[in-house]
Amino acid sequence: MSKKLTKHEYQYLVEKTMPTSRGLRNVLAAFFTGGLICAIGQVFLMGMKELGVDEETAYMLTTVIMIFLGALLTGLNIYDKIGKFGGAGASIPVTGFSNSIVSPAMEYKKEGYVMGVGARMFLIAGPVLVYGIFASVVAGLIYYLWVQAM
Amino acid sequence: MTDIIKAFVTGGIICVIAQLLIDYTKITPARIMVIFVVSGVILGVLGIYPAIVEFGGAGATIPLTGFGNTLAKGVMKAVNETGLVGVLTGGVKAAAAGISSAITFGYIMAIVSKPKLK
Repeated sequence: MSKKLTKHEYQYLVEKTMPTSRGLRNVLAAFFTGGLICAIGQVFLMGMKELGVDEETAYMLTTVIMIFLGALLTGLNIYDKIGKFGGAGASIPVTGFSNSIVSPAMEYKKEGYVMGVGARMFLIAGPVLVYGIFASVVAGLIYYLWVQAM
Repeated sequence: MTDIIKAFVTGGIICVIAQLLIDYTKITPARIMVIFVVSGVILGVLGIYPAIVEFGGAGATIPLTGFGNTLAKGVMKAVNETGLVGVLTGGVKAAAAGISSAITFGYIMAIVSKPKLK
């Protein structure tokens, strides 16, 4: 067996060996990144409850704070680095939702404030809102019919 | 302290599920985000997600599934209070703070900051 691998053989080896090691690394990175973001949110939540904010408002304000932090860190070009490390651990928390709004809006600013910033903001957030809100209407309708039938 | 660990683990596990879907299926990250919000709505209506929130606190509400759960919770509450009209008002009303702050902060940050030179 020769030591030199052809490009094809090399590629095959890479594809065969990469997934397991990369898979575990990705999963651990996602766990720690997502976990840490949620733990930070939990600290805000508990702090607000401590100050006497009612539960529902505290949850709402925690989300708002995390959205703000996600937007801020994206603007400072830091969230992209967190995303590169954490993968889904950075994109699934609401900070990632915020990142998905700021990131394309910044990128397409040169196309103008209406069709650039205004439209591109919703590149990913748009589908999330469309399907989320549509699902809530369908769910609400089913719930309404179910309540009527009871 | 226990609550912080519970939030860490809950949020971590939810993100791991998404990461596994990205790594081992051909589903794109944008589609994963859509799937997670819709899953949150379904689990919310079924009363499963509220139990996860009970355990994990912010660890359950911060991931996008929690956003879906907020939509579901809102629409059910509105249906209970106003009937059929609530089907159309409840979801967005409950998610209003999140949507408005995401648009406001997102817009301002996009205007004031410069994209990194590539």
